[in-house]
Amino acid sequence: MQTFDLAKEGLRALNASLHALKGQTNMTEWDIINPRGAHAIAAGVDAPVDITVRGSTGYYCAGMNKQATIRIKGSAGPGVAENMMSGTVIIDGDASQYAGATGNGGLLVIKGNASSRCGISMKGIDIVVHGNIGHMSCFMAQSGNLVVLGNAGEALGDSLYEARLFVRGSVKSLGADCIEKEMRPEHLALLADLLKRGEADHKAKPEEFKRYGSARKLYNFNIDNAAAY
Amino acid sequence: MSDFPHTPPKMSWTFSNDVNAEIRRAAATGIYDIRGGGSKRRLPHFDDLLFLGASISRYPLEGYREKCATDVWLGTRFARKPIHLDIPITIAGMSFGALSGPAKEALGRGATAAGTSTTTGDGGMTEEERGHSRTLVYQYLPSRYGMNPDDLRRADAIEVVVGQGAKPGGGGMLLGQKISDRVAAMRNLPKGIDQRSACRHPDWTGPDDLEIKLLELREITDWEKPIYVKVGGARPYYDTALAVKAGADVVVLDGMQGGTAATQDVFIENVGMPILACIPQAVKALQDLGMHRKVQLIVSGGIRNGADVAKAMALGADAVSIGTAALVALGDNDPALEAEYAKLGTTAGAYDDWHEGRDPAGITTQDPNLFNRFDPVLGGRRLKNYLKVMTLEAQTIARACGKNNLHNLEPEDLCALTIEGAAMAGVPLAGTNWIPGRNGSF
Repeated sequence: MQTFDLAKEGLRALNASLHALKGQTNMTEWDIINPRGAHAIAAGVDAPVDITVRGSTGYYCAGMNKQATIRIKGSAGPGVAENMMSGTVIIDGDASQYAGATGNGGLLVIKGNASSRCGISMKGIDIVVHGNIGHMSCFMAQSGNLVVLGNAGEALGDSLYEARLFVRGSVKSLGADCIEKEMRPEHLALLADLLKRGEADHKAKPEEFKRYGSARKLYNFNIDNAAAY
Repeated sequence: MSDFPHTPPKMSWTFSNDVNAEIRRAAATGIYDIRGGGSKRRLPHFDDLLFLGASISRYPLEGYREKCATDVWLGTRFARKPIHLDIPITIAGMSFGALSGPAKEALGRGATAAGTSTTTGDGGMTEEERGHSRTLVYQYLPSRYGMNPDDLRRADAIEVVVGQGAKPGGGGMLLGQKISDRVAAMRNLPKGIDQRSACRHPDWTGPDDLEIKLLELREITDWEKPIYVKVGGARPYYDTALAVKAGADVVVLDGMQGGTAATQDVFIENVGMPILACIPQAVKALQDLGMHRKVQLIVSGGIRNGADVAKAMALGADAVSIGTAALVALGDNDPALEAEYAKLGTTAGAYDDWHEGRDPAGITTQDPNLFNRFDPVLGGRRLKNYLKVMTLEAQTIARACGKNNLHNLEPEDLCALTIEGAAMAGVPLAGTNWIPGRNGSF
């Protein structure tokens, strides 16, 4: 176990140390203390290591993560796990705007609530939110899965592509081209797996969710749809 | 019929044939006109400026004999590995998707042979361009198509694109005809859809956020790479100042003549400013902050020859960037293809339907039957030749102005042919000491 005091040693030293782990596995557990809301904590890690951040983080914690499991024992600022490629990020508290933005892969778990634009432009990431999510979530989301145990804010899935959205609670409104879709057995199986991996299987059952996806009406421009924009 | 003279038919300036044709086209199709390229208006431009040359008060350098340096360093502010280019003419960002793979390869070959850089675009990094580009700038765009940390780390610089000259405030477009299997896979989108890129970044808004975003990118790449911030020519003084404040190593400023792969014609022709009007404001912002030459300024939008390069640099730019001109050098709009342009209902020199993917030159297409016509080795050689000619032209002018380095060119070497040019460039109208807008003059 490596303990890293961010307040004492600084961000550059932290990320340089974490980046140096690429290709080697002999220091697999890291404890980061005194994060004090710093930005870009553990951004760009590319190693199968387990990192625990003891406190709340600023912007872009775990940005572009590959392989690592990063646990935030607090809340996360904007853009947590943005553009994640693989690995897992688990937040005990809430997440600010743009959580998981443009994520290509891996799993993001938010045990509290997520603010607006959660999963914006996501490209393959899986996101499990135990609480609620804010407005404009999954805007232009391309692929991947979003699971929300609570409620969703306004304009969910606006201009959605092929991402799948599962919401257990209410949806304040759907965005342009986002519709409710039939929940088929394969979706229930997918949800069961996501809930389990998202440490939420004790809180909700797949049958309690509704599925939302793209109506695919805006995929090719048609002037008669102009009012939808 | 009367024998008296009658008033001849009079066409309207406001409702010209072109305007009426566009009204009829809109009425018939129900879709706005989308096209490639930059503004086609006659705009105030570098043509409105002249160099004064040396005389008694200044003496010239001997052409071909006395040295005139052309190299440039980019990213000296924060990057551990700044870029050194042999010439101050770079290749602008153009996406794989908009351009074919062989065209991207040719840009890499030509730029590398001439000692300069190429730039990716809104579609990720391809092996063609990485493999053939000694110095490759990786664009970080709102869509984040293909964005990944491995490509960030194998880039030589990162360009955060806030906007571009053809469409400040607008996002990208790539219509379904060009979304081939390979393009769709790189962008993680269904094949054949009309792809509309976002106009804002998904995870930051405003200059304070941008500063944190740049910090993240620097951390991910261990502070190695120069980070450019590219803006369209809209509010160059404030955009430049805010980019510097956010921590940019380099500001890239693109005027409205700068091209696009596909955008609404109404956007291209009516939003943004010509590059001539942008450069002095950006330079002023850098000077006011004490950052001129510390944060480098790259300008683009309508750069065509060595005179344009020299004029941009005399106004204070550190380097220029070319896109449309590079495509022409590769063979775009070549009159040799006139018969094929005619079949598309256009003519060589006017072809701008790059979004349709039917380019007979094989450059702006994803159709293998078309792009296989294009020879990337020959294209690269043509681009290299063109870049070398531009550089030599710029050196010729600089020597005539008595400068042993292109960066020593200065506004005092210039005069303007038009009042508009004088006001925008901030140099005197030829034969006068009048700079409109300076010293209280109107």
